[in-house]
Amino acid sequence: MRYHTPTSFTDAAAIAARATGTLRFLAGGTDVLVQMRAGMVQPDDLIDLKHIPGVDKIEQTPDGGWKIGIAVPGIVLGGHAALVRDWPGVVEGMNLVGSTQVQGRATLAGNLCNGSPAADSVPGLIAAGAMVTVTGPSGSRDIPVEAVPAGPGKTNLAKGEVISSITLPPRGKNGGDAYLRFIPRTEMDIAVVGCAVSLRLDGDKIVEARVALGAVAPTVLLSEACAKAIIGTTLDDAALAALTKAAEGAAKPISDKRGTKEFRIEVAGVLARRAAKIAYDRAKGLTK
Amino acid sequence: MSRSEVLRATGPTASASMDVKIGMKKDGTITAGQIFFRMQGGAFPGMSPIGEALPCAFACYDIPALKHEAVEVIANRPKAAAYRAPGSPMAAFAVESMVDEMCRELKLDPIEVRLKNGAKNGSKSSYGPIYTMIGLQETLEAAKAHPNYAIPLGPNQGRGVASGFWFNHGGETSVSLAVGEDGTATVMIGTPDIGGSRASIGLMVAETLGIPYEDVRVNVVETGALGVNEPTHGSRATFASGKAAVEAARQAIAEMCRRAAADWGIDADAVEWKDGAAHPAGPNAGKHPPMTIGEIGAKMGSTGGPISGHHEVTAGGYGASFGTHVVDVEVDPETGRTTVIRYLVVQDAGTAIHPAYVEGQYQGGAAQGIGWALNEEYVYGTDGRLQNPVFLDYRIPVASDLPMIDTVIIEVPNPGHPYGVRGVGETGITPPLPAIAAAIAGATGARIRSLPCTPPKVLAAIKALRG
Repeated sequence: MRYHTPTSFTDAAAIAARATGTLRFLAGGTDVLVQMRAGMVQPDDLIDLKHIPGVDKIEQTPDGGWKIGIAVPGIVLGGHAALVRDWPGVVEGMNLVGSTQVQGRATLAGNLCNGSPAADSVPGLIAAGAMVTVTGPSGSRDIPVEAVPAGPGKTNLAKGEVISSITLPPRGKNGGDAYLRFIPRTEMDIAVVGCAVSLRLDGDKIVEARVALGAVAPTVLLSEACAKAIIGTTLDDAALAALTKAAEGAAKPISDKRGTKEFRIEVAGVLARRAAKIAYDRAKGLTK
Repeated sequence: MSRSEVLRATGPTASASMDVKIGMKKDGTITAGQIFFRMQGGAFPGMSPIGEALPCAFACYDIPALKHEAVEVIANRPKAAAYRAPGSPMAAFAVESMVDEMCRELKLDPIEVRLKNGAKNGSKSSYGPIYTMIGLQETLEAAKAHPNYAIPLGPNQGRGVASGFWFNHGGETSVSLAVGEDGTATVMIGTPDIGGSRASIGLMVAETLGIPYEDVRVNVVETGALGVNEPTHGSRATFASGKAAVEAARQAIAEMCRRAAADWGIDADAVEWKDGAAHPAGPNAGKHPPMTIGEIGAKMGSTGGPISGHHEVTAGGYGASFGTHVVDVEVDPETGRTTVIRYLVVQDAGTAIHPAYVEGQYQGGAAQGIGWALNEEYVYGTDGRLQNPVFLDYRIPVASDLPMIDTVIIEVPNPGHPYGVRGVGETGITPPLPAIAAAIAGATGARIRSLPCTPPKVLAAIKALRG
């Protein structure tokens, strides 16, 4: 195995583009190192991205959004008061990943590139409208987070491409987001269903909304139908019923050892309803 | 072995299905009981604990007419292995769930019904022998009087009660004890400590010798260092190794009394042992200052050689331990997810030699039973292979899943042990299964008849009830 420590994403992309065997990028390592130790993957080239300046930084963008380095661990996100104030749903999703020890290393970019449909941080990013900058041999491009996952364990990134930063849009006024997942226990489980809702209010009325569902399809889903069900409403009972129906309709899960198809469909509706209420209350400033 | 290999290859408990029929009058009097159990323990006959499940089923009751039937089912599944109170939790799940269902139907208090029909001293047990000294009634009374039983329940909350039983065991036991030249004692036992037996045996030996606990060292030694020992099973370690250790200490005391008697020039019969020293038994024995274990030990090389004690026995006199659990749960009616909000274990320890360790056994049994009741499950694929051989998907409870597990230690001393000890290790896993199913029934109206009570199963039952 060749271990690389490039100091720029351009160099990292160049090494990746030249690689001919199995390649892995290393940020927090909470997936890659575990897979290596378990013998699931033996990379020929392992590119450690943590030597690149700025990967551990959280910076406010000129328009009021947030640029998050690809090696910022969950525990740092959780401790960043201004970011938590703007995007509590994004941060609470990331903070559900793993144990306290894992939180000290695990990253948003890693959780996204691991490609799990049950990744807890991904629905929140998608609902927030987050973008990632992808650096490749021929330069950089910005794509929405929902364009990254291709299916369990797979991404749409081309050979030589690497995520070089994550950008959350400006939260603006009267916005709120939330993420909920269902697990049978309280900790140490993989989401059976996950749901994130981000919305903006004008008075009591929802004027913008994005709803993402996790663990109910091969990739995390962005559901237009769910968003439509609540936009223009005050999240009254009729809107919640419409949202429930839309979430149940959007969910296309399988039955496996973690839960049945029927259960996942039903719980997708429940979580959408509950997450929407939390996001709504946050947008009203009623809760944090 | 890796964790995955352990889960695949060391054997789960048996799978089981049970039919129960109970006759109960409107006043709660149980007139008859009948069970038909089926248990599957893998590809070889005799691997399931069907032989234990049957006698455990009605062990908590004094019922005039009983019928027990069972079959063992052979299947191409991993061979079953002994799992805490083998057979008893499944039996309790069947019988205690039935009793609970009848109590709810007849609007009777589940503790009152158990007090009315529960086994007492002098009752003929469901499996034959007469109970001479047992503590089931005391556990029921204490559960009834406990503050947890009176706390009002909120919406979507339910309370469940169940009792449980384990025979306990004696078995082949060999223990040696050596007196040191410094007056300390070293005890060699052959039962590995899996929850406090070493400390408990040390306390009993210290008490018998009349020396501080700190002066007793208990070692679990290798197989060849002692006579035959059964392993730590059947909740026997503190009872049987403890009983043998006390006998070994008494043997060493007799020898120490002889050494003192020889020094004083009197009969050994005229020497008594108290507070860690030999004393003249009375005025006729002459005026001799007490001779401590340290003084005797220091000169044992010149007074007859090393002093030790041994005891080898197939230990009889073990006494059953009964327990009663009260659990409160809250069920999310939209997801079927059950949260245990309050848990009480009341169990008879005989004498709790080391109360903190006894409490630990009670809490450990309850935690393990909660896991079985709610989420632990072997998931096999259509190819017959285990799909969840990791703790991520074999969902044992994590610490944050559990409330503080309250305990009440009942002490009805076992007359078959010098200090009244009963085994306490296994009874505690038995009541949680039916108690939690009963609490879920209280919270939702839905009776779950198969374990575990997973969220999908509970949600489906709630929906079926709504129609």
